[in-house]
Amino acid sequence: MKSFILALLFLGAMNAFSAEGLKIGDDAKDFSLKNIDGAMISLANYSNDNGLVVIFTCNHCPFSKAYEDRIIDLHKKYAGKGFPVLAINPNDPVTVPEDSFDKMIERSKEKGFPFRYVIDETQSIAKQYGATRTPHVYLLKKHADNTFKIAYIGAIDDNHSDASSVKETYLSNAIESLIAQKTPTPETTKAIGCSIKWKK
Amino acid sequence: MLLLSSVTAFSQVKTVKLEALTSLLHNDADSVYVINFWATWCKPCIEELPYFEEATSAFSQKNVRVILVSLDSPAELDRVLLPFVKKKELKSEILLLDEHNPNEWIDKIEPEWTGSLPATIILRNRIKKRMFFEKQLEKEELFTTIQSMME
Repeated sequence: MKSFILALLFLGAMNAFSAEGLKIGDDAKDFSLKNIDGAMISLANYSNDNGLVVIFTCNHCPFSKAYEDRIIDLHKKYAGKGFPVLAINPNDPVTVPEDSFDKMIERSKEKGFPFRYVIDETQSIAKQYGATRTPHVYLLKKHADNTFKIAYIGAIDDNHSDASSVKETYLSNAIESLIAQKTPTPETTKAIGCSIKWKK
Repeated sequence: MLLLSSVTAFSQVKTVKLEALTSLLHNDADSVYVINFWATWCKPCIEELPYFEEATSAFSQKNVRVILVSLDSPAELDRVLLPFVKKKELKSEILLLDEHNPNEWIDKIEPEWTGSLPATIILRNRIKKRMFFEKQLEKEELFTTIQSMME
């Protein structure tokens, strides 16, 4: 009983988002986020696509950096098949200056990002989706009624440090499943990443 | 063992597989285990590291074991982790987890863990107390939790 009370006491202190956020099959929350070219981007921008690969990521995190080239490749491979990438930076630039909007523009130019890279200034989209780390993937599938639903959540693959040693390409497998009108397996995976830097 | 580590200038790093951690997590010891998952590249981890170091010395005479589990790349042990440990003169016990696919091992450590760093488990198995934090800890929260576990 004592440990139960203790657990209750600390429940509020623990990560507030781990048990919340969107689940598989949920409607994807719409958003209006500023792209590096200044345009406001929402799900309506993807009404002609079959889905959307939402990746919460950022400039500074070593895991995000390790995946930059792989994310570029994913977009090049799947945008034409109706599954473009949308990169969302959720980090507080006060905590991490390298993740400011200006630095996002710089990084995008340096790497030649072919996908949109938007900023979640209020962090409300990251919170609503339940993102906790970078990179953190939410694969959206567009249904016949034009709603976007969550089809896969988690990792890009099983090896952040070495792209050539990847055995499980979780995200591209999930996209391929959707293209083939199948359910991704697995629908959720986990990965190590940088914590999202929430505003204090 | 405690005595040995207290006379050396900084801790050694032991490379381990997942089983070494899961046996710690599920042993029947009466000790309070403070298991902190961190990496040299993780800024909030580095910010909270001094509190874990303080806990190591503050509770050195008590039945408390502070273990820092590094998720740095094992390939970079000599180039990155060891120089960091030496520079910071870390005294806590340090393990380097040598596992590949996090999707296969994160849930075996803690199902609630989504995978962000830092993360900390504080447990005392003998009385079945276990707390999990997926966030940067402040000193007060860390110390209060350890003390509450000792009661």
